[in-house]
Amino acid sequence: MKKHKYTVISVCSFLIVLIIWQLVTDVFHLVSPIMLPSPTTILKTFWYKLTGGTVPDGSSLIQNILSSLKIALGGYVVGVVIGVPLGIGMAWSRRFELFAKPLFDIIRPVPALAWIPLMILWLGIGYASKVGIIFFAAFISATVNSYTGIRQTSQVHLWVGKTFGATNRQLLFKVALPTALPMIFTGLRLALGSAWVALVAAEMLAATSGLGYMIQISRLLGRPDVIIVGMITIGFVGLLLNTVLEQLQKRFVRRGKKHD
Amino acid sequence: MERSEGNIKKKNPVLECRNVGRSFDSYDGKGKNEVLRGMNFEVYENEFLVLFGAGQCGKTTLLNILAGLDMPTEGEVYANGEKVSGPAPERGFVYQKTSLFPWMTVEDNVGFGPKVRHLPEKECKERIRKYLDLVGLTGFEKSYPSQLSGGMRQRVGIARAYANEPDIMFMDEPFGHLDAQTRYMMEEELQRIWQQEKRTVIFVTNNIEEALFLADRIILLTNCPTHIKQEYSITMQRPRDYVDPEFLRLRQLITDNMDLTL
Repeated sequence: MKKHKYTVISVCSFLIVLIIWQLVTDVFHLVSPIMLPSPTTILKTFWYKLTGGTVPDGSSLIQNILSSLKIALGGYVVGVVIGVPLGIGMAWSRRFELFAKPLFDIIRPVPALAWIPLMILWLGIGYASKVGIIFFAAFISATVNSYTGIRQTSQVHLWVGKTFGATNRQLLFKVALPTALPMIFTGLRLALGSAWVALVAAEMLAATSGLGYMIQISRLLGRPDVIIVGMITIGFVGLLLNTVLEQLQKRFVRRGKKHD
Repeated sequence: MERSEGNIKKKNPVLECRNVGRSFDSYDGKGKNEVLRGMNFEVYENEFLVLFGAGQCGKTTLLNILAGLDMPTEGEVYANGEKVSGPAPERGFVYQKTSLFPWMTVEDNVGFGPKVRHLPEKECKERIRKYLDLVGLTGFEKSYPSQLSGGMRQRVGIARAYANEPDIMFMDEPFGHLDAQTRYMMEEELQRIWQQEKRTVIFVTNNIEEALFLADRIILLTNCPTHIKQEYSITMQRPRDYVDPEFLRLRQLITDNMDLTL
């Protein structure tokens, strides 16, 4: 019952914003539709794009989503596949840490977007360079969080493992990795977030489709309704991806909670 | 190696501590902090030995060295005649605070030792069943540590150490974090378990009642640098009574001899 009440309050805030928005645009015409289209216009555009409309950017909404996912997930997967083992390795082996960490610490504070010029120079303006930019966005979070996760392994747990005769390998797989797993998953989620954020920037590079491209081109074509549809879609797909990872985390990270 | 062979029981030292000392670098890095000095004693088969001393003396350091988790800076430790150079499955450990793996169920925690040593599945299951039964936790196999009370967690810790069937059990103030009532109950439980499944136990505590209730022998330790002040053989019949005149007399005797300056 109480939960219901809270939902009503939250919905109210949405409704108030939407009503004011509608009033200042379509009802009283206080704001030019070139600057801010009304909610109903956006809804119409959204429906049009969703049902396969290709004007003005040349692709339907679904095509744009798929195109963006291809880039974002491509860079993300490469970033995670390299980043997670790298983080684990640096945290587990002192020698490997001495070898790799200084290098990583130099790359780490460089924003993913700063790689754009080099990526274009090295990989051109096609799929590969966009994936490269996303890679750096995802790679950093995945590495840092895996590293921190392994480092959180308690000394007593390691002692327990050793007194039971566990080998170094068993200590890593049976003690350190389970300790780090929640943190690694946090890293995976943050990495996905960064990848998705870097997407719009990556699609500024001579793209012909994609959500980032769609909102860029719509600005040039004076279609703010399509821009807003694109923004909402980017947010929504990001949320969806995050939810998928959250569900995976729930499945893989078992830990008894007192009240669940 | 020299061995005293005073009486028959003392023929089987399972653990020998020879002139063990341990120093740490002091904070400024210039000097040394001496924590243990010239520790000499033997532990005999199936004996319940209590290392007793005030808080903050080197008890835990000593126990870690005996178990092979830490190395002495002087002297050696021998287990069954062989020099201890690291932790080994023959030496089980029950820790101060909860050391259970929170991501594992009770049965997986207890089965951890047998499993990392690749014992056959059937043997692992049998040991889990046996030692959970021994500590009275049958029925909690599928629970996670966070769902158990403090006393129950320490029972799991004891079952886990037992499941590896070690020669020597090290217990580092295992009941120090429990409330008084649970503590009394756990001391009785431990005594029952020890009588049922005989093992050599080296138990560290700063609680004189706990020491007198459990010990065959008490080694009284001084403050830093820790060395042995006195040894007491406790021959009272088990189970012991906390208000028995002999119990109270020994309690007075030992506490009077304690180093209380910190």
